[in-house]
This record gives sequence, structure tokens and C-alpha cells, in this order.
Amino acid sequence: MRIRHPAAIAASEITPRALFDRRREFLRASAGLALSTLVPQAEARLGPGKPSIYSTSEAPTPLKHVAGYNNFYEFGTDKEDPAQYAHALHTRPWTVSIEGLVQKPKTLGIEELLRLAPLEERIYRLRCVEGWSMVIPWLGFPLATVLKQVEPLGNAKYVELVTAAQEDTMPGVKRHVLDWPYTEGLRLDEAMHPLTLIAVGLYGDVLPNQNGAPLRLVVPWKYGFKSGKSIVKIRFTESEPRTAWMKAAPREYGFYSNVNPEVDHPRWSQATERRIGEFFKRRTLPFNGYGEQVAQLYAGMDLRKQF
Amino acid sequence: MNQAWLKPPIFIASLLPLAWYLWGLQADALGANPIEAVTRGLGTWGLNFLLITLTVTPLRKYSGWAWLARLRRMLGLFAFFYVCLHLTTYLWLDQFFDWTAIVKDIWKRPFITVGMTAFALLLPLALTSNNAAIRKLGGRRWQALHRSVYVIAMLAVLHYSWMVKADLAKPLLYAGLLAVLLGLRIGWRVRERNRQRNAIPPAKTRHTIPIGVRR
Ligand code: HEM
Repeated sequence: MRIRHPAAIAASEITPRALFDRRREFLRASAGLALSTLVPQAEARLGPGKPSIYSTSEAPTPLKHVAGYNNFYEFGTDKEDPAQYAHALHTRPWTVSIEGLVQKPKTLGIEELLRLAPLEERIYRLRCVEGWSMVIPWLGFPLATVLKQVEPLGNAKYVELVTAAQEDTMPGVKRHVLDWPYTEGLRLDEAMHPLTLIAVGLYGDVLPNQNGAPLRLVVPWKYGFKSGKSIVKIRFTESEPRTAWMKAAPREYGFYSNVNPEVDHPRWSQATERRIGEFFKRRTLPFNGYGEQVAQLYAGMDLRKQF
Repeated sequence: MNQAWLKPPIFIASLLPLAWYLWGLQADALGANPIEAVTRGLGTWGLNFLLITLTVTPLRKYSGWAWLARLRRMLGLFAFFYVCLHLTTYLWLDQFFDWTAIVKDIWKRPFITVGMTAFALLLPLALTSNNAAIRKLGGRRWQALHRSVYVIAMLAVLHYSWMVKADLAKPLLYAGLLAVLLGLRIGWRVRERNRQRNAIPPAKTRHTIPIGVRR
């Protein structure tokens, strides 16, 4: 096969998917070995990324589970749907518009965003509101880096994140399970917190589409649904934005949604969780074990009421 | 016509869902969260067998295949079988026999309360699904008892819809199927009542007949 403009096309787009996946698997398998230095780095590989003091030393969840068991309702509500359908997602061209109460609103292309800051590897726990958890080696940079680009105004108190709703690639958005596009939000100090990450990759590679390519939020002390995937817009607001889950079930999902074993979901307990790959359940930790870093953000708040 | 030979293959087929989950567990073919897959799968098959059991009578009436009636008890017991396994996975793999937590959970979580109620109502039906019990209770009382299967099926669908986070499509599908199966029965009853009413002579006397006699 002749390829006319090799430079303009990403390797992932010309290599047949299966072959591409196998090569990635091979690269991954060899990554730990000295052998990896002999293998030419694939274009798709972003990592390894700077190690971070925020990383946990817990064993990461195998990639096949991280990329095979997802909640990404735009692709369907079964855990296997995203892995099955997300390959169709258009991730290029991709822009993120940053607007609202800011001095300098901007629209940044994904290429610019990738150049904003050196990539770090952050190995974080992820706790889903459904009672399961994983450990995921993300690649990314603090959300704060992006937010500082636009000089927020003094009255900006919150950021709202709007995510993609591509009707042609996302079979789930044709059904009104949630109010599309999926939106999330953070208080400004939460958004600026050094733990709050924009992830563009995991396991040293670009993000699999089903994990929220080309860029997503990761807020490790909150339930997983707060970490919006495939972000297209960041908006600074003065009042608390209403998120997709708050609209769907206001009694069940609050704005903060901090991981909290003391505050049950109205329909099930949050005291324990099943770490994917483990047989016994573990006790869930307050703020998913990040209390030391974030508890002071909520000093004086009644976290039972502001759940 | 004797279709008795059909019973063993249907018995075997009814064990296939269990075989699938057992195989899946040891072959690691149930995805990232196999315990959840098994708990849910067994619950789903409990509900499936409840609905299959409720389909036997309409199918028999419309097809004229009288032999179907002989499968009903077996299918109903399979519903109980899968619900028992479902409950076991909950008690064991979800709660690890922490009885205080279990009692609290049954008390506090509506979807568990409803599931447990369905199970408690299913238990006497399973225990009386044998000829000795029918003889002892008498056909009428036995039938009255076993009518609770409609309530059980409704509770099971409610249980399902209350555990779902946002996507009600599947519970609604089950609710629809159940509505059809119940609707058929209501239709039969109404028709039967009308037939008997019409058989009763002149309209003048109709109002004086006590309700019970009309049946
Ligand atoms: C007639 C009795 C019952 C039936 C037909 C039934 C059926 C079901 C069904 C269809 C589901 C959803 C499966 C899915 O999402 O695909 C389910 C989930 C569940 N059931 Fe039941 N159930 C029954 C009784 C019970 C009882 C007695 C308990 C425990 C006390 C229970 C605990 C659960 C739990 C915990 C789940 C959620 C599993 C999870 O999220 O992983 N069920 N059940």
C-alpha cells in the first residue's frame, strides 16, 4: 500500500486496528524490560511521563479492565458498550473552548493543549459511585495549567465542564438517559487543586477513546462520574452549575460527590468497595484516601448535607 | 400425544445459564467484575424463569398443547433455584455473611427490601410445588396461594428498576412483558365472568345474586 502523506496521518489511523492494538500490547509488555529501549517508540506512545509525588504505590488495574469496563453512557449504558463502540469517536480535529467569566477567552486545539505542560504520570485510585474501584496510571497535567491560560475574573467561583455529544458516533445520545451533553462542575478551588488532572493518556499511551479521549478530567477524591470525559468546553461561572446527574436524580447526586463512606447513596451503601480484580471488598476511605490533601477544602461544611 | 420425553432436555437446557456462569468464572470470561456479572446474571435468570413459567398457561391455551402444563412446576422451581443462587451470591460475595450489615441493608435499601419480600413470598410456593402439598391443601387453596406469583413477579420487576442508576430500558421491557402476561389473565377472567353472567336468566334477578355465586 502506498501512503501519500505519511506525515499528516497518525499511525493509529493507518494501521489496522487489530494490528495496532497488538503492537501496543507488545510495546506495553516490553516496557518494563530493557528490551523496550531497542523497540522504536510508536507515535501513539506519549509516556512514560514524569513521576509524581501524588502517585500511589498500589498495583495498577490491568489495562484490559481499565479499557474494557467503563461507564460512558454516550456509547451505551452497559459496561462493555464503550469499548465496543468508542472506536468511532472523532478525536481530531479537537478543540476546547474556555469561556465565561474570564479575562481572555480562548479556544485551544488539542495539539496546543498537549504542549502546555510536561506530561506527568499520576497513579490514582478511582472510586465509582456504584461501589467498585480501580488504580489507574494516568498521563496528564494539572487542570490549573489550563485554567491559568485565560485569567479568571474575580467573580468566577465555579467551572463547568461540557463534554462531547457526537450524534454520529455516540449511539447513546439518541436516547434520553441523561440530558446531553453531559456536564460536570467543580468549585474553583477544587479545579485549581494540584491533584485535579487533565488526562490525555494512560499506561503510557494516548487515552483509549472509551476512557475519554482525547482529554478528560480526573478528580481522584470524588466519585468517578465527576471526572468528565472527552471535554469540549470549560466555562467559568459565578453560581454553582447543575450537573447532568444532579438533573437526572437531584436526591441521589449532589454537586460535591466527594467519596464518603459515611454518606450512603440513597439506594446502596458506600461503606465498602470492590477493587476490580479482588475477591474481598475493601473499606472505602474518606475522600478516597486523599483526605490529607483535600479535606481542608471542605472545612466547616456539613458533608452530609452538601454531598 | 405423549411429549414426556421433552422434560429431560428442557431440564438440561434450564441448567445452561448456571453452566455458563460457572464456566465463565473459571475461564475468566465474565469481564472486569465477574462477581457482579454472576450476581446480576443469576437474578436476571430468576426473573426470566418467573416470566417463562407465567407464559406456560397462555401458550398452552392458544396452542392447544396440553402437555405444556406438565412443564410448569419444573420451570417455576427453576425460578426459585436461580433466585436462591442470586440470594446466595448476595449474602456471600457481596456481604460476606456479615449478618448485621445484611439486616441493615434489607431494612434500609428499598430495592433489597423488595427483593427479600419477593423471595419470602416465593419460598412457600416452592415448598408446596409437589403433589403431596396439593393434596393436603386442596386444589382451591393451593391455587389461591400460588396466585401470589403475580405479586412476586411485580416485586421482582420493581426490585430491578430500583437498582438501576438511570437507564430503565431493561426493567421496562420486563414490566411490559409482565403486563402482557397479566393482561391476558385479566382478559380471561372478564370473559369468563361475562359468559357466566349471560348464562344467568333474566336481568331482573341479576342484582340479587350474591357476588360469590357468580363465580
Ligand atoms: C424473586 C426474587 C428476585 C429476583 C427475580 C431478582 C432479580 C434481580 C434482577 C433481574 C436484578 C438485576 C440484574 C441486572 O442488573 O442485570 C437483580 C439485582 C440485584 N438483586 Fe435481585 N432478585 C430477587 C431477589 C433478591 C434478593 C432476595 C436479594 C438480596 C437480599 C437481591 C439482591 C440483589 C442485588 C444486590 C442486586 C444488584 C446486583 C449488583 O448491582 O451487582 N435480589 N435482582
